[in-house]
Amino acid sequence: MHRYQAGAADRRAMLDAIGVGSVEELFASIPERLRLADLPLPVGASEDEVRREFWGYALRNVTPDCAASFMGAGVYRHTVPAVADALVQRGEFFTAYTPYQPEVSQGTLQAIFEFQTFVCQLTEQDVANASLYDGATAVVEAVLLAHRVAGARGRVVVAASLHPDTRRVLDTYCAAQGIEVTTVPWDRAGRVDREALARAVGADVCAVVVQSPNVFGVVEPLPVVAELARGCGALAIQAVAEATSLGLLVPGGRYGFDVVCGDLQAFGVPASFGGPHVGFLATKQQHVRQMPGRLVGETVDRCGRRAYVLTLATREQHIRRAKATSNICTNHGLMALYVTIVLSLLGKRGVRELALASHSLAEFVKAGVRSSAKLTLAFPDGPTYNEFLLRHDDPEGVLARLRQEGILAGVASTRLSPDLPPGILVAVTEQNTREECVRLLQALERVS
Amino acid sequence: MTGHDTRAKEGLIFERSSPGRVGYQLPRLEVPLVDPAATLGEAARGEIEDLPEVSEVDVVRHFTRLSKWNYSLDEGLYPLGSCTMKYNPRINEELARLPGLAHLHPLQPEDQVQGALALMWELEQALVAITGMARVTLQPAAGAHGELTGMLMIRKALEARGERRRVVLVPDSAHGTNPASAVFAGFEVVELASTAEGTLDMEAVRRAVAEGGVAALMATVPNTLGVFEPAIAEVAKILHDAGAFLYLDGANLNAFVGVASPGAMGADALHINLHKTFSTPHGGGGPGAGPVAVSAALEPFLPVPTVERQGDRFVLAYDRPASIGKVRGFYGNFAMLVRALAYIRSLGRDGLRSMAEGAVLAANYLRKGLEGDYHLPYRGASLHEVVFDDSRQKAFGVTNIDIAKRLLDYGFHAPTMSFPLIVHGAMMIEPTESFGVDELDAFVRAMREIAREARETPEVVKQAPVTTPVARLDEVRAARSPILRWRR
Repeated sequence: MHRYQAGAADRRAMLDAIGVGSVEELFASIPERLRLADLPLPVGASEDEVRREFWGYALRNVTPDCAASFMGAGVYRHTVPAVADALVQRGEFFTAYTPYQPEVSQGTLQAIFEFQTFVCQLTEQDVANASLYDGATAVVEAVLLAHRVAGARGRVVVAASLHPDTRRVLDTYCAAQGIEVTTVPWDRAGRVDREALARAVGADVCAVVVQSPNVFGVVEPLPVVAELARGCGALAIQAVAEATSLGLLVPGGRYGFDVVCGDLQAFGVPASFGGPHVGFLATKQQHVRQMPGRLVGETVDRCGRRAYVLTLATREQHIRRAKATSNICTNHGLMALYVTIVLSLLGKRGVRELALASHSLAEFVKAGVRSSAKLTLAFPDGPTYNEFLLRHDDPEGVLARLRQEGILAGVASTRLSPDLPPGILVAVTEQNTREECVRLLQALERVS
Repeated sequence: MTGHDTRAKEGLIFERSSPGRVGYQLPRLEVPLVDPAATLGEAARGEIEDLPEVSEVDVVRHFTRLSKWNYSLDEGLYPLGSCTMKYNPRINEELARLPGLAHLHPLQPEDQVQGALALMWELEQALVAITGMARVTLQPAAGAHGELTGMLMIRKALEARGERRRVVLVPDSAHGTNPASAVFAGFEVVELASTAEGTLDMEAVRRAVAEGGVAALMATVPNTLGVFEPAIAEVAKILHDAGAFLYLDGANLNAFVGVASPGAMGADALHINLHKTFSTPHGGGGPGAGPVAVSAALEPFLPVPTVERQGDRFVLAYDRPASIGKVRGFYGNFAMLVRALAYIRSLGRDGLRSMAEGAVLAANYLRKGLEGDYHLPYRGASLHEVVFDDSRQKAFGVTNIDIAKRLLDYGFHAPTMSFPLIVHGAMMIEPTESFGVDELDAFVRAMREIAREARETPEVVKQAPVTTPVARLDEVRAARSPILRWRR
């Protein structure tokens, strides 16, 4: 028998108790013509053999650990406290199910309640849910929330500086819902064009969506966006792809944004080739009953002790079915726990210090670019947090040459979308040393 | 008392805060510290009030204590029906954390991530073999996301034929995600009443399809009673003859891996919960992964990118003009894909089949052990799960919820409660293949003991649980005036 399964004597005892001669008899309800003759897969392997195969996959990859990495564009490399992974590897956390039985799930429930609190603090919103899949689907859920709240309004206005992948995902969902998407271009500073935005909004618009910092790393004028959205009765939605920026930038919540959503991966979650990361959605109290996904609330037990429980479930698919606020069931709970641990460790001082260090290093590199005769910022007038677009007509060529020097200089904007200005998105974090930054600048000078 | 009383509730991390404590140290900053007011102006934010100040040791203790308030699969049977709570192998955790996999940035050039792409390609091949379908997209993040992806493909396939069909048929025994996903894919749901046996009503299916406008039917195989849909291939034929599609919910795939093939059933799309059948941990609520296998008819509409093999190279392919587009960022919950392929490799063709056998055996063993004490509303042959109801205990004023809570006192997690909706007072039990007869016997003893208590001392069951960290919660209060975050 297999090491993960019961043994031969177990099987015999079960068969005898059931009163059948063989397991085959238990499958009698499956018609013969639906049967699988043979499973064309290798036979089972030992742990050692499996480990060998997977080391093989791993060794065929080159990880950013081997290089000076300035890659971002939606996935960022920040401090990874050993404690976070050690704690999420506790079987009590990772081998538990969604906390349906609160009396034996208080650990998970309290951690989610803490997660919701952290997200509210970062975004300056009233309520946050227990996580969503990722940043792109979080933006979709925010738009669908706005669509429900704003009744018959069938149009959403989106800044062209939204991450192109997020935009693609939004397009997929909106097509199915019959929601029209209007795009607003960026201005010379790489920020949403105010005049164009003012023209785009109207009484048929349910939401205005900007990402800040946007795909160019530029901080959007959130107060202006909030005012224009409010002016036409639409919900203002801020997407956040680089969540550590919330340690240094005023979030949309303060300006009256209805939703702040995005991905918290930047708080130390492994890049893992794109997932799993951790989507989040925070909003105002008035929208709570239109929120997607799970929510944990505080209550008391029969003895009056404080305790936590999944709540407002009448929004959800298992109760409301076709009328649910979302189809989501399983979310990204363990990643939310991971981020909760990282945020606990960083705390009041660390959240800011991490952001300030990343910003300072990025400004150091930007200063080097500005002082170079050969290098050009795509948006020199756009304020940025820790990522910026370096203008270049052959970004892939430059990136390839720098890779040979052990530098992952960033992400080609053209890889994200042919509609973006050609260049290299350079992301700098507290993980980059001064020496790496200098080396990057020198290498860029040399090949430009 | 000097030690920590594990029965004492740990406060919130925010309540542990003490000024000046830190739980981190960042690398020394080697460049001038920037004044954010100068670079960012009014967009610059000060320190966030009320974030906690705690040490690393505080954090370790806090979350370790919280963890002890959870019941977990590592501790014992977790018989949630349709959730397939099977053992989560530790080797999978180790492999998913290999730096050569876990640290990969999704936008590295393809020549730097050949191993990752090869792994994804291998997983797709394995899932194609297991399902007998044409292709698989690995992108969906969970089962419901897979359902949506599949239904979007069906919508797109109809559009490609110039058809606008609006109706999706969903049996009343289905998971709630099915109707919700259909609606988010832009369809209207028509619910089909099940037969007295709890299976699809063929006459109702024929009638609904004949009325026209049907895009697809979503069915779960085996259904949520753990009973195989005997006429599933006929259903597929009725749908296909009418130009409609069959969506299979693969939540219960554990029942027949290596035994039967969704491809042979005529499925056009089937999602696979890797966090159920293929052992990736449920994580207290995800992350999961919900790859979708499709028939040749839906292949052109797969989300982009797909992973393609070109000789001995692997590429991310975006050239799929009829694609539904993208359904999420990047390419899937890669770290969960790593775990699932490791599991498939560990089990192999022999282990996968014996996995399904073991799951079906265990469910039938529990059925046998419990049918003397609990009422079985549908008596069809059980595969991997069995659904009882509380009608015999109701006579003593004891409900399925009471039974669930009492089970917690006996050291077990409860079954799935009050689902499927076609069973009043349902208790849906899925043991999986991970437990020996001794552990199953202990569960049967506990359930039978509870049945006895229900008859003799029902108040004991109704007061349960009494041994858990907290007693029954006031859920009405939680919903009436929601407190969803801590405030000072």
